[in-house]
Formats: sequence, C-alpha cells, structure tokens
Amino acid sequence: MHLAQFNIGRMIAPRGDARVAEFYDHLDEMNAVADAAPGFVWRMVDGEANDATSLRPYDRDPEMLVNLSVWESRQTLFDYVYRSGHMEYLRRRREWFLPLGEVFTALWWIPEGTIPELADAMRRLEHLREHGPTPYAFTFRQAFEPEEPQSVPVDTRSAL
Amino acid sequence: MSIEAVALLQDPIRKRLYDYVVAAGHDVGRDEAAAAVEIKRPLAAFHLDKLTEAGLLDAVFRRPDGRTGPGSGRPAKFYRRAEAEFAVSLPERDYRTVATILAEAVEHEGFEAAIAEAAAAHGPVVTGGELFAALAERGYEPYRDGAVIRLRNCPFHRLALDFPPLVCGMNLALLAGPAAEAGWTARMDAAPGRCCVSFSKTNED
Repeated sequence: MHLAQFNIGRMIAPRGDARVAEFYDHLDEMNAVADAAPGFVWRMVDGEANDATSLRPYDRDPEMLVNLSVWESRQTLFDYVYRSGHMEYLRRRREWFLPLGEVFTALWWIPEGTIPELADAMRRLEHLREHGPTPYAFTFRQAFEPEEPQSVPVDTRSAL
Repeated sequence: MSIEAVALLQDPIRKRLYDYVVAAGHDVGRDEAAAAVEIKRPLAAFHLDKLTEAGLLDAVFRRPDGRTGPGSGRPAKFYRRAEAEFAVSLPERDYRTVATILAEAVEHEGFEAAIAEAAAAHGPVVTGGELFAALAERGYEPYRDGAVIRLRNCPFHRLALDFPPLVCGMNLALLAGPAAEAGWTARMDAAPGRCCVSFSKTNED
C-alpha cells in the first residue's frame, strides 16, 4: 500500500501580490526536493504547470490552495515534509498562509498503482475534521497502519 | 520504572559509558567503549548490558564495519542511545500534556511570531563567546562537521515530532540570538536523525 496525503492552505494574497512572491519563487525548488525525495511516488499537477497552485477546487474560497501526493510510507513522507529543505519554508508558512483554525492535512492508504482523486481527497479531509482520525483519513500524529488482508493463501511447502 | 533507570547512572563508570555511547554518533562496540572509559572489556560489557536492560541503551547485533560475507566472523554486539525517553518528576507533573495542548492551539490559530519573540528571551546563555559549551549545557550535544556545528540531540524531540514547524521554528528562534552573539549564524537545516538547526561561522566581510 502507498500513502496518500492531501493538504490545503489559504494564501494571504493572490498570486502576483508581492507578499506571496517569495513563496511562488521557491515553489519549483520545493517541488524538486519532493520529486527527488526517497519514497516519492506521485504528486498532482494541473497539466500545464509543474505544480497544482492553479487548481482551486473550493469554489467559495479562491485563495485555498490544494496539494495532493502519494508516498511509499509514512516515514518517507514525514522526512520530506519535516526533515528536508522543505522545512525552511514550512517554518515561514505564516508569512504566506493564514491559520485555518482546524486540521488541514489528511492521510490515507491507497493500493499501489492507483492515483487518488481530488474530490475523494476533499471528502476525506472533511471526514477527518468531523470524526477525528480513523483509517479512512488520519494525521501524522494519529496514524493508522494499512489493513492486513483478511485471509492469506498458505504455501504448505514452506512449512516442510 | 524510569527512576530506577536514571538511578543506574549514579555509578560513575556507567555514567561515563552512557555519556560516551550517546555522544559517539555511531553504534559503539564493547572494545571501543572499554578503551574510551579505560576499563577492562568484561566490565564494560557488564555495565553496557545493565544500561541496555534498564532501557537507557539499545543493543544491536551486526558485523563490524567493513566486514561482510563468509569469513567475516560472527555479528558482534553494539550499543546506541535508546529510543525511549526517561523523565523523572517528583511530585508527579505533566508538562508534556500542557505543551501538546498549547502547541495544537497555536498550530490551528497561529501565533508563531509571538512565540519566536518569546523564545528569543529563553536561549542558552553564551559566556566568553563559547557557543559550543552553551549548547552542550542545554543538552543539544553539539559536534563539529567540518566548518559546521550540528546538534545530535533535540531537547524537544517528542514535541518536535508532533509539531515540527512550530517547535523547530521555536528552536531556531531560541538559538539564533546566542549564535549571533558568538559569531555564528544559526539556520534551519532539517534532516532525519538530528536536531533541525545547524551553525556556520558568520561571514565577517
């Protein structure tokens, strides 16, 4: 199983505004660190750009950015987000993003080889906000393991 | 339980062995530990195993560095700092819950600028320009990596895992002032397995 991550952030100003210029200037760099990070599998881009900042799925909230990516494990995702050059920008996040007052990141397990859908990701974050961490949508601090298969075929030869 | 573990360090030989292993930055074998503390190998082994039983060190079995494949001998026992944490508070106090609740509120509401400002007043005190000693005094376990000072231990480890941008940002704010005072520049330099801050000499040009 792979780990999907969805997070959102409301910018303090629209693209083009000097207050968020530095964030956009370093976006390619941050994404390059992600792409090269151990355990990176996939991240959502809008098709034309190399990032997802033009996707604004929250109709009534046009400054809400979304970010959707897939990783091999919780640890590899954690190490990219919090233990890489990405951290310098994360530390400064309040310069560009407004506090949201509630949970803004959701994690869940997906079968390897599948790509998460944005609408599904938004539902999972909503679920996490309403019900707290569950295997359907959880957080770094309260993470769940991928579910074990219900039954495992037994290779009788290996018992000999 | 934890008070018994901590009490083990009353013994000066054990304390020296423990200090050596946690500062080493690599897994330490019995021969190396015995030599470092200037005792015989069996005595070192006895105390290292005592520290392991108490949960202060973790023991791992592996072949010595550089030796692999057939003929490289049996795996030897190596020691490293334990993952577990010990804290003793008498009477019982629980600052971690308080810190977690406050951190969660900040994470949601955002008071990072105020926290950075407050942190600046609580940094290590540098005397005589000695940044290294000031960091050691506060438990950061500094070490030199070429021209850079790095920190082996994060004194806020658990909280830094739970609230990384908040706690690591606070840590940088805590250390930036004392570093500057001693002629060093502190920066966010996060990587797995060490504290998020490193220091380089401030350019005097």
